[in-house]
Amino acid sequence: MTGLSPQQLIDLTYIVAAVLFILSLKWLSSPVTARHGVLAGEIGAALAVGATLFNPELVQYRWIVIALIIGAGIGVPLGMVHMTAVPQRTALSHAFGALSATMIGIAEYYVRAPQVTKFGMVEIGLEVIIGSLTFTGSLIAAGKLQEILPQRPITYRGQNIVSLSVLGTAVVLALILVIHPAYMKLFPAMVGVALFFGVLLVTPIGGADMPTVISLLNSYAGLSAALLGFVLNSKVLVVAGALDGSSGFILSVIMCKAMNRSFTNVLFGAFGQEQVAAAGHVEARPVHSATADEAAAILAAANKVVIVPGYGMAVAQAQHKVRELYDALTKRGIDVKFGIHPVAGRMPGHMNVLLAEADIPYDKLLDMDVVNGEFPQTDVALVIGANDVTNPAARNETGSPIYGMPILDVDKARTVMVIKRSMSPGFAGIDNPLYYLDRTLMLFGDAKAFVGDIVRELGGTHQ
Amino acid sequence: MPSDFISNLFVFILAGFVGFEVIKRVSPLLHTPLMSLTNALDAIVVVAAIIIAGRHETMLSTVLGIIAVGASFSNMVGGFLITDRMLRMFKTGKSKKS
Repeated sequence: MTGLSPQQLIDLTYIVAAVLFILSLKWLSSPVTARHGVLAGEIGAALAVGATLFNPELVQYRWIVIALIIGAGIGVPLGMVHMTAVPQRTALSHAFGALSATMIGIAEYYVRAPQVTKFGMVEIGLEVIIGSLTFTGSLIAAGKLQEILPQRPITYRGQNIVSLSVLGTAVVLALILVIHPAYMKLFPAMVGVALFFGVLLVTPIGGADMPTVISLLNSYAGLSAALLGFVLNSKVLVVAGALDGSSGFILSVIMCKAMNRSFTNVLFGAFGQEQVAAAGHVEARPVHSATADEAAAILAAANKVVIVPGYGMAVAQAQHKVRELYDALTKRGIDVKFGIHPVAGRMPGHMNVLLAEADIPYDKLLDMDVVNGEFPQTDVALVIGANDVTNPAARNETGSPIYGMPILDVDKARTVMVIKRSMSPGFAGIDNPLYYLDRTLMLFGDAKAFVGDIVRELGGTHQ
Repeated sequence: MPSDFISNLFVFILAGFVGFEVIKRVSPLLHTPLMSLTNALDAIVVVAAIIIAGRHETMLSTVLGIIAVGASFSNMVGGFLITDRMLRMFKTGKSKKS
């Protein structure tokens, strides 16, 4: 066996990196091994980047080093954001990933053009279109999550037709470039139209649909990286892109199921529309309300409490007060668990991260399927800032727009307490029959302040 | 159809399959770190960006490559950093320090 060429050595390093990436995700399956997973990923990435710097084709390094330093300079603050900002940070990183893949695709086009093979042009066209729409779509999503842009869905008549024709235009331009490689001027137009489509894709989507959108954009970002791997014939990109793409795909499917939306509905970006027609009849029915000291007395008498957090808890920044409540109840020997709906919050797993940040042990955070088995033996279900995911109409009102959506069966607990600002309906605009049950007590007020009041009544303030 | 395409497709399908099998085992508890970790891994496009920038074929390709190096490397650094920060917060009742 003769010696290895530098290129072969680099390729072997890439294989090691790809294996480490797979191990990295494998170890993420449990919180116990998850941090090894991060280390494996870091080693793999460092090996791949290090090996690439020895690529004999490289003729200039200065700007690469400067770009790496600037990238690290942007990356560190983005890695240090507060946990409540994680959804917008994630959307922004989808945008950066897609930007990077798109820039490389465009650069590769202009290096080759007009001598682009038909097949090469198909790959570049697809890569650049998906990358571009993911870039702008993710920026819009980040803007909505940061509340720079309105969170409510922005819709108009004939929206889907307009959006799909814009996408169609981008595809047609790509096809013309495949057939007539000399029409190079069409390439920037194709990029521009694809960028515009990304804006159209995400603008109509409301805040509560963000978990699905973020997962979908995750999948697209992975797909664009994998396609870039096809363009450049780089297996390590194909592997990393396929892993990222399948992760986003799985999360999108989970989010869709948790909202009872069909997958085709999501793939065509036609979501965020139904709720316009969903405004149900809101009648003035009597509800039972309670004060903080009444709520504290009921909680103190319970043996088993399940807390159901939602986006409202995140908005009110109430997670640390919830932790104090958890401590106060646990100290009295009360069994406290958390029931987490897959779409609670603004991204998959959002509530878990917020509660973990507040130092709540993760073995107390239960998935919907597990916790639903526990509600019948639960004395108090305390709903904090969640609405539609607890709506029993999803279970038994066939006419309800959310009928069929899996929910947390809080109404099976002996007493239900709901902390809510007012009686206004949730995101889907649907009245929640849960609030009118005899066993339900409405606790009107700001989540953080109200939980704080309950903790004070329990005499369990922070020591 | 170029033979490179077939071999890349081969890798893509196998990697997608492995990804599917591995990721479906990730607990919903860790779905947020999963997304930030896959983001960091996806930032491996930085290697392609380095090559495009470093070859210095045209001014345009170098400039685009440099932007891509910065964007993807910030994802790589930030993605690993935040994933590790999040995972450090996940503690059981026993290991929790009071």
